[in-house]
Amino acid sequence: MAEGNRRLKEEKVFKDPVHRYIHIRDELLWDLIGTKEFQRLRRVRQLGTTFLTFHGAEHTRFNHSLGVYEITRRIVEVFEGRPFWKDEERLLTLSAALLHDVGHGPFSHSFEKVFQTDHEYWTREIVMGDTEINTVLRRMGSDFPQKVAEVIEKTYSNKLVTSLISSQIDADRMDYLQRDAFYTGVSYGHFDMERILRVMRPTEDQAVIKYSGMHAVEDYIMSRYQMYWQVYFHPVTRSAEVILSKILQRVKVLYEADYAFLYPPEPFTGFFNGKLSLEQYLELDESVTMYYFQMWQKEEDGILRDLCQRFMNRRLFKYVEFDQHVHINDWLKLLELFKKADMDPDYYLVVDSSSDLPYDFYRPGEEEERIPIHLLMPNDKLRELSRESDVVEAISGKKRTDHKLYYPEEWLYTEGFEEEKKEIRSILKSSKEETAFSGEIEE
Amino acid sequence: MLPDHAKVMALIHGAEEIIGRKKLQKIVYISKKANLPLSEKYTFRMYGPYSEELTLRVEELCDLGLVSEIKEEKAGYYQYRYRVTDHGEDFLAKFPQEWPYNEAEGILHYLNTCTSKFLELVSTMLYFDHLPPDQVEEKVSTLKKSQNYTSEDTAKAWKCIEQIKNHQVPH
Repeated sequence: MAEGNRRLKEEKVFKDPVHRYIHIRDELLWDLIGTKEFQRLRRVRQLGTTFLTFHGAEHTRFNHSLGVYEITRRIVEVFEGRPFWKDEERLLTLSAALLHDVGHGPFSHSFEKVFQTDHEYWTREIVMGDTEINTVLRRMGSDFPQKVAEVIEKTYSNKLVTSLISSQIDADRMDYLQRDAFYTGVSYGHFDMERILRVMRPTEDQAVIKYSGMHAVEDYIMSRYQMYWQVYFHPVTRSAEVILSKILQRVKVLYEADYAFLYPPEPFTGFFNGKLSLEQYLELDESVTMYYFQMWQKEEDGILRDLCQRFMNRRLFKYVEFDQHVHINDWLKLLELFKKADMDPDYYLVVDSSSDLPYDFYRPGEEEERIPIHLLMPNDKLRELSRESDVVEAISGKKRTDHKLYYPEEWLYTEGFEEEKKEIRSILKSSKEETAFSGEIEE
Repeated sequence: MLPDHAKVMALIHGAEEIIGRKKLQKIVYISKKANLPLSEKYTFRMYGPYSEELTLRVEELCDLGLVSEIKEEKAGYYQYRYRVTDHGEDFLAKFPQEWPYNEAEGILHYLNTCTSKFLELVSTMLYFDHLPPDQVEEKVSTLKKSQNYTSEDTAKAWKCIEQIKNHQVPH
C-alpha cells in the first residue's frame, strides 16, 4: 500500500529573485528537494561557461528547477476544474517539473559532446535507480517513479501533462528565459508571464493560449529570439565552451595513451571507459571539475596545461566568422598550416556551429515534429500562432545558422614558424574583412 | 564541428538522395543505432525520435552549399529532397572523415527504400529498446495510436531491428 502524500502543516517558501516566492505545500515535493541528488544541483551552473562572459551568470540548476516547479504549480492552479485536466495528475506533473533537470552534470553540454553521454539517461537512472529520490517517489506507488521518468522523457501517455514541462511554451523555457536574463543582467528575456499563465487553457494534447493573450506570447517569442543571439549564442561563451571541450578531449586522449598525470583524472575515468556508475556520476560536480582544471595547469603535457590555463585565466580563443564567404578550401589550408607550425589543429583550430548548442528558435507549423503554439480562437477553434501573428511570422524562418572559427590569436605573433604564421594571419585577416564582425572578443 | 557535418554528408551521399525530412531524421537515428559513427542527439517527439541538432546541421550544410534542399509542393504539403552538391562532393574528397562507406552502403540503401511511416515505427521501437518486447509494443500502441500499425508492420519492424542488431543488412 502506497504511503501517499500529505499536505505540509505549514507551507514552506523559498525566496526567489525571479518569482518572488516559491511555494511548497506537499510533503512529497519538500522531501524531494531535500534529497542529496537534488541538492547536488546547487553545484551545477545553469548556463555552463556563460559566467565567463556575463559575470552574474552564476545561478544553478537548483534555482531553475525550483522555478520550473513554481511555474508549473501556477499553471496547474489555473487548470484545476477545467475540462481535460485530471487533478490526480497534479503531483506527477509537479514532481516531473521539479526533477526534469536532475540528470545534468557539470558543464553537461561539453561532457555530452565529448563523451557521448546524455543527461536524460542519467535523469532516468536517478529517478528509477537506488537513490533517495526514488525512495521518496515510491511513497506514491511502485509505478510512480516510472511515470515521472516518462513525463520527463516525453513518452507519457497524457500529452497535456508532458506539454507543461516540454513544449514550445512550457514552464522550463518560461523560467530559464527570465532567470537567465535576470542573472546575466541583460534587458532581453522579459515578458508578461502572469498574463500568459492566466490565459493558458488545457486541451487534450497540449496547453493552448487564449487569443486575447497573443501579444504576451509574441513578447515571449521575441525574448526567446533575442536571448538566443545575445546570451546563449554569445561568441565569448562559445570560445570558453570550445576550450572546455578540448580539455576534456585532451584528458581522454592522454588517459588512453597511459600518460603519467601529476593529478590523475580519477573522477572522470568512467567517462573514458564507458563504465560510469550512477554513484560516480553523482559525485562529479563543477567544484570537482574546476579543481582538476586548476591542478592540470601544472601538468607536463603542453596542450592540457595550456588549455587549462586559458580556461582558468580567461585567455580565450578569438574567432572569425565561418560561412560561405570563407571558402572551405581556406579552412583546409589553415589545417595544413597549423600542422606545419607544430600547432595541433584538433585543439587549436575549431569550427563551432549553431548545431553544437542546446538551444533552439521557435519554428512555426508542424514542420519539425513538434507541436506548435496554438491559439484558442473566440470560436473555440485552434490556430497556429504564426498564422495569426505578424510579429512571429516575421522572425520565423530567418537566419538560424552560424559558424565561427576559433583560434589562439596571440600565438600567431610569437616566435617560430614565421612563414606559416604570416600566411595564417593573412587568411584569417581576409576572412575578417569579408564578414560583418571583426572578431572582437570582449563583452 | 565540421567532422560531424561531414558524417551527415557521407550518409546522405551514401543514400544518394533522401526525400522527406522525417525520413532523413529516422534514417540517421536508425543508422546511429546500427553503430554508424553519428553523434546527433535525439529526444522523443511527435513522430518518434527526433534530433534538433540534425535539423540545424542539415540547415547549416545547405547554407554552406554542401547539401542541396529542394522544396516540392505535393498534394496539400511540402516535400524536401536532400542531395550532396558537387561542392559537397569536393569537400568530402578533401576532408578526412571516419565513415565506414562499405558497411553503411547496404543499410542506407535498404532504409531509403522504406516508407517514412515504417521508419517511424522502427525508430520508435528502437527508442524503447531498453524495455522488454511486450512493453515496446505497448508503447507503440499508446504513443502511435493514430498511425494504425498492423501486426504485420510490427513483425517486419522486429525483423529489421534484429538484423540491424546482428550487423546484417535488413531486407
